[in-house]
Amino acid sequence: MIITQQKDIDEIYEMVKPYDKILIAGCDGCCQPPRSVEEAKVLGQLLELKARSEGKDLKWRAMTVLRQCDDRIAATTVRPYIKDYDAVLSLACGLGVVMLNKVFPDILTFPAQDSHYGGVQNNGNNFYIEYCESCGDCIIGETGGVCPRAGCAKHLSNGPCGGMVDGMCEVGGYTKPCAWVDIWKRLKEFDRLDLFKKYRPPRDYRTSTSPGYLEIHKEYTNEEEKTEEKA
Amino acid sequence: MGKRPAYSNLCKSIEAENFTFTGELEPKKILNLDEIIESAKEMKRTKKIAAANVTDGPQGDAYLSSLVPSYKVQEEAEIEAVWQVTIRDRNRVALFGDVLAGAILGLKNILVLTGDHTALGDHKKGRAVYDIDSTQFCEMLSQMIDDGLDYEGNEIKGGNIEMNFGCVANPNSNPREPEILKVGRKVEQGVDFIQTQTAFDIDEAKDFLKDLEQYNVPVLLGIFPLKSHGIAWYFDNYIPGVSVPKDLLKSLKKAEKENKGNKPAKYAAIDKINIEFFKPFIEEIRKTTKAAGIHCMAVEYERLFEPLLQEFPEYM
Repeated sequence: MIITQQKDIDEIYEMVKPYDKILIAGCDGCCQPPRSVEEAKVLGQLLELKARSEGKDLKWRAMTVLRQCDDRIAATTVRPYIKDYDAVLSLACGLGVVMLNKVFPDILTFPAQDSHYGGVQNNGNNFYIEYCESCGDCIIGETGGVCPRAGCAKHLSNGPCGGMVDGMCEVGGYTKPCAWVDIWKRLKEFDRLDLFKKYRPPRDYRTSTSPGYLEIHKEYTNEEEKTEEKA
Repeated sequence: MGKRPAYSNLCKSIEAENFTFTGELEPKKILNLDEIIESAKEMKRTKKIAAANVTDGPQGDAYLSSLVPSYKVQEEAEIEAVWQVTIRDRNRVALFGDVLAGAILGLKNILVLTGDHTALGDHKKGRAVYDIDSTQFCEMLSQMIDDGLDYEGNEIKGGNIEMNFGCVANPNSNPREPEILKVGRKVEQGVDFIQTQTAFDIDEAKDFLKDLEQYNVPVLLGIFPLKSHGIAWYFDNYIPGVSVPKDLLKSLKKAEKENKGNKPAKYAAIDKINIEFFKPFIEEIRKTTKAAGIHCMAVEYERLFEPLLQEFPEYM
């Protein structure tokens, strides 16, 4: 899930203030907490109240898209509405906002959310926890399925650091577990401390350098291997 | 010590099997180095302190970078510096450049640290770098020292840099096993010495030293003399994993209360408490463990060195 947090209402209002009619687009994709049509409606009502307090009449319509980051879905779902509005306010993660701006280049789409990280929900203690930072170089096969990049405040490859106290992290006042202690516990449980002891060389940041461009269509062949065999 | 030559006086002293002491200097938000130099000179005068650590933005605060004060301390106080370098604020490119600069300035010791997170310091909104980690920085330094290469294997014109470097270890860490295993990874990357975080519990410290023996690397156990009750309280509450014994806290508070308004008497009482606690502590470490010495973090409390170390031989 992509963990998002709604921006402060004042900040959102400042973005859409210059416009009289806005389309508020929810997203039914991977945003968590959900940002669907109901959330879009509530946001519309709040913005309307805010506008009214300034003596302004703001028109809005709330709708939702299955996945805003899919160009075809976004185009077909949003196109019927868009001509009647001056601006779009998106409740999707950053990808959805970027995609609506791409698919509808003649109208500005604004973000209503701050996108945080790839995370999971832990209802037990009311947290969305970051488990993956999409680094492009997955090493959790060596760390018992716990990611030290997403899970460690210092992104250490060879932790823990001296900021660990009683298994907790110095960042956030010792309220979050040290990923490296979790890794140690997990590997110890499976008698795989050999993996813990292993020195991990520096990360190759080219795998996560912006902007990312990965080919969609690839070709596969076994011809090269055959040629080599002949040679 | 391993196969690497002892380039620094600190490592030479350890190699000669002197029970070696290091001190600590903390450059803060300053433009003038007079006080730091004066503290360093005071350490030098004891003739018992092999080198002075110069900290690099402790607690994540924005302070004077440690490179220039390390150099100035060596030049003006004539005591060797242990130049502390954290990987918090610089990527591998900047670290390499700084180490070359340090080598040109004649620095002989580096202490590699991860560094307290920016989120703990006074510029909380800043981006913490952490490009390479401290173990990887050790590998990079080994390449610069032993092979005269940068981290990608390109030659340094002029050859190998002549330095020794150490890493840190935390005797207060709980759980301890991952800490010990982590130190093992650093030792594999060629550290010459280890300086530890401060220890107050003698049994825990001895246990920890025992755990480190397997690596066969000299260890300087960290101690932190308590200049005032306020500092002790701060240390107890804000330094990761460190707890000051309650008795010590209590007697410091009492000494300050009883000697209110009489500075010399207060200082004498506080010094007495520290000497009574740390002198037997150091003696026991020296006699019963394989520790190579003591890293005495008496920051801005240099007056304690003379009485605390008076019974140890001069060797510098």
